[in-house]
Amino acid sequence: MLIRHADDLTENDVTPHDVYLRRREFLTLGAAGIGLGLAGEAAAIPLKGNPSPFSTTEPKTSKEDVTGYNNFYEFGVDKDDPARNAGSLKTSPWTIRIDGECAKPGTVDLASFLRGNTLQDRVYRHRCVEGWSMVIPWLGVPLADLLKRYQPTSKAKYVAFETLYRPSEMPGQKRRVLDWPYREGLRIDEAMNPLAFMAVGLYGETLKNQNGAPMRLVVPWKYGFKSIKSIVRISFTETQPRTAWNLSAPQEYGFYSNVNPEVDHPRWSQATERRIGEFRRRPTLMFNGYGEQVASLYRGMDLKKFF
Amino acid sequence: MSRKTVDAIALWAVSLACLLPLLWLGWRTYQGDLGANPIETLIRQLGVWGLRLLIVGLTITPLARILKQPRLIRVRRPIGLFAFGYVVLHLSTYIGVDQYFDWQAIWKDVVKRPFITIGMAAFLLLIPLAATSFNAAIRRLGPLTWRRLHRLIYLIAPMGVVHYYLLVKADHRPPLVYGVIVVLLLGYRLLPRAGRA
Repeated sequence: MLIRHADDLTENDVTPHDVYLRRREFLTLGAAGIGLGLAGEAAAIPLKGNPSPFSTTEPKTSKEDVTGYNNFYEFGVDKDDPARNAGSLKTSPWTIRIDGECAKPGTVDLASFLRGNTLQDRVYRHRCVEGWSMVIPWLGVPLADLLKRYQPTSKAKYVAFETLYRPSEMPGQKRRVLDWPYREGLRIDEAMNPLAFMAVGLYGETLKNQNGAPMRLVVPWKYGFKSIKSIVRISFTETQPRTAWNLSAPQEYGFYSNVNPEVDHPRWSQATERRIGEFRRRPTLMFNGYGEQVASLYRGMDLKKFF
Repeated sequence: MSRKTVDAIALWAVSLACLLPLLWLGWRTYQGDLGANPIETLIRQLGVWGLRLLIVGLTITPLARILKQPRLIRVRRPIGLFAFGYVVLHLSTYIGVDQYFDWQAIWKDVVKRPFITIGMAAFLLLIPLAATSFNAAIRRLGPLTWRRLHRLIYLIAPMGVVHYYLLVKADHRPPLVYGVIVVLLLGYRLLPRAGRA
């Protein structure tokens, strides 16, 4: 019987103490990497985030409703279509191209992105343009943290986002309900606002496909359709980018689309909303209640004109 | 079986069939199976069934003529009344549950949102038709006046389709399907010899 002596171990065999202390994080991220490596709908991987002062303490909408009642036309136009059809989307491998007016264009590989970032919890109100709302516990990173790495130049006045176009896995794209791929955009100062958030998780795990896996935008002071899902491209632009719903019906959906109870959608009053799970409508708040953080972005602007 | 028995069975069968969607909706409500936004589901379903029954009602006359079964006309009345019933429930759910009797908000909707304006107008036009759907009314009005009055349905059905069309955000296929059917059914009435009800 061979008995190994302790002095067979070299310094290299010992886990450095700081790494040892982070072993659980490593397990989580390693597991996330494995999960994202699977074909088809990745099994949900638990994620952990640090609390944020931007989180609301309002009661959260049930996970069942957050993952079962979605507008994601790439998977069909009915609210339960995404949950039913999104399983076909392969979210791994997944890279996001970042280009345009920046010093360091490049790509983000999602798995390494997850490894290199400390996630934050953000419990945000979510207000759909159709007059319903939710409270959703996201996990992710501030959008600004991601964008700054690519060093936008002084010409970068806007940020444009694009969703994956892959009709074979996104059955809703087989019909031109919208002008695919789905596109969205923000002014650069909006994108750099600390509330603007890039989410990779929801309710303590990786995003489900119907919620915009593997990575989506969350801009809580704007109507939900601004929070573009399953992003594959981010471009810094000098001119205001075209956006999907604005292209579809410009008189109904403006570029800004800030939540504003005083500016009605032609087909819906925006004065009130129904919080999913509640019976009575409740008044809608200016900027969805995030005026303190974002109202200054629009000082001096006529929000009826720039709706 | 006598003709009377056959007619009675047909009326009961048609009424029961018209009631089924409502029973189904009631059951789903009771089970909590209307999804994350049950009030919206309820309003949509009641509205869609109202429109469907209006359209089914419009198929009866051509069908009776094509099949040479004039007695089929008798089922038109329960279908029309059930259509009205679904529309009433659709509207009351919007007023009483969705808006919770916020008359100010409702009035603003009616005035400002074309789809609600049209929907409300279509409902108002349906009232005289429902109110004259019994034999005494036909006798009182005289068959000719009654028939003229009930031609309002040729206006109401397309209004229902437009109401639906204007509400849809991007996928206009479903309301267009109803629209095509309505156009065909109304077009049939323009054919020579078909105009006589």
